Amino acid sequence: MSTPENVVVVGNGQAGIQLVDSLRKEGYTGAITLLGEERHHPYQRPPLSKDYLAAGKDPVPLPLRPEKFFTTNDVDARLGVRVTSIDRTARTVALDDGTTLAYTKLVLATGAANRELTVPGAALSGIHGLRTLTDAQALHARLDAVRSVVVIGAGFIGLEFAAAARARGLDVTVLEYADRPMGRALTPVTSGFFADAHQRLGVTLRLGEGIASFDSNDDGHVTAAVSTTGERYPADLVLVGVGVTPRTELAQAAGLEVDNGIVVDGSLRTSDPDIYALGDCASFPNAHAGARTRLESVQNATDQARHAAAAMLGAGPGAGPGSGPRGETGGYADLPWFWSNQGHLRLQIAGLSAPGDQTVLRGNPAEEKFSVFCFRNNTLTAVESVNQPADHMAARRLLSAGRTLTPEQAADPDFDLKAYSKQQPAAV
Amino acid sequence: MAKISFHHSDGNVDVLDVDPGTSLMRAAVTNGVDGIVGECGGQAMCATCHVYVRPEYLDALPEIGEDEEEMLECTAGPRDETRSRLGCQITVGDGLEQIEVDVPDDQI
Repeated sequence: MSTPENVVVVGNGQAGIQLVDSLRKEGYTGAITLLGEERHHPYQRPPLSKDYLAAGKDPVPLPLRPEKFFTTNDVDARLGVRVTSIDRTARTVALDDGTTLAYTKLVLATGAANRELTVPGAALSGIHGLRTLTDAQALHARLDAVRSVVVIGAGFIGLEFAAAARARGLDVTVLEYADRPMGRALTPVTSGFFADAHQRLGVTLRLGEGIASFDSNDDGHVTAAVSTTGERYPADLVLVGVGVTPRTELAQAAGLEVDNGIVVDGSLRTSDPDIYALGDCASFPNAHAGARTRLESVQNATDQARHAAAAMLGAGPGAGPGSGPRGETGGYADLPWFWSNQGHLRLQIAGLSAPGDQTVLRGNPAEEKFSVFCFRNNTLTAVESVNQPADHMAARRLLSAGRTLTPEQAADPDFDLKAYSKQQPAAV
Repeated sequence: MAKISFHHSDGNVDVLDVDPGTSLMRAAVTNGVDGIVGECGGQAMCATCHVYVRPEYLDALPEIGEDEEEMLECTAGPRDETRSRLGCQITVGDGLEQIEVDVPDDQI
């Protein structure tokens, strides 16, 4: 980098913070400016739809790093500011407080925004989203005062929220326009298990029913959700969890390539070599999918941040701690993994499955303890585990090493999966 | 209040007084104890809040759960068969008014 260096990071979520941390750990001594739209000290999002919603006193958010992190690491961290534009020629960003910042490298870790409903009544009071601490605080404050909850969308957020609301004894109905829950992420076997499990928990899960409109009282507060089949479900509170859209508007306006996310290469570099993008907002060549994808997860945010930091400091593509064993081409190739806690059910996913993958069941869904192994051309692609952490970690070991097992081994309860996963790959 | 002491390999000690019900990971991350990361937010998914509990406190700890057991096999620092735990799974107060742990040199 030329001097004076200034790395400007847009977004102080999991990806932005990790990038700053990794830059310093790897020895970068130039200036760093970290910009966050929210006024809160950067915090962990995953607990917001889980532990945070439990009954009891006001929960305290978990900081992503201690307050002193920014002074210790000499980071100019600014909260409550929004970047309004990028000038790639002048290499500056303009902020909504009127200041302009020069950068030598710019990092877009802008995340995603919740998709919003446009049906009649969607703006009524009592209809919530869940992404930010402010959202979670509003929900926590309201959950003590409501009786009937309707959740729009049976994705991860919707079902985590549904389980948390049921744990508080509330009446919960979930509307999902698709024919199965978490259909974008899960195989039909695991998806079907969760449909049944939520109904056992007392959730009314309505599949094949989208939201058509909301009813309200004279105060403009929601009273019911009306589904696409005309059914009317009473609601004191509605949670909308219908997916997200990547925050690409800045990149788009700056003329960077955007295609369901800011397009980056294996070094997380955009079509402008001085601008990087990572985390939820980035569309990257994914070795595990064999295609360009965008992933929304803690793993993806933090591993991409480590990789990008190494790439920015000239360690070369693939040389950073973010490079996985499949990174033969030199690009970011860490194994994707995910988790979701829904009541007493702990879902863990390693790898990426695709429609049409062969699935093999290991364990017993009736005992709420099993894994689904996914194969393509007899090669392991992903493993979905429910309350079966040993299978999950074995799967992470195998998939990270580019190893497989046979479908017969996966199905055999006497096969020692953990021991097998710890074997060193045969020398080539 | 409960008391947590984090011992570092350079001899420094961070001593924290925290509310009962606070996990070691939360206490460390909130108060800026070096060497405890908590990348997954306390969900036993990442093993970056690994600590070595000093022997005199081991009997007061809850059993190692299935999730914690698996993650302890993936810690960056070497696992100690009796002393290794995840800081997110140990909560002070209620029979554990005080605890001392050693912080590993590596978490990632």
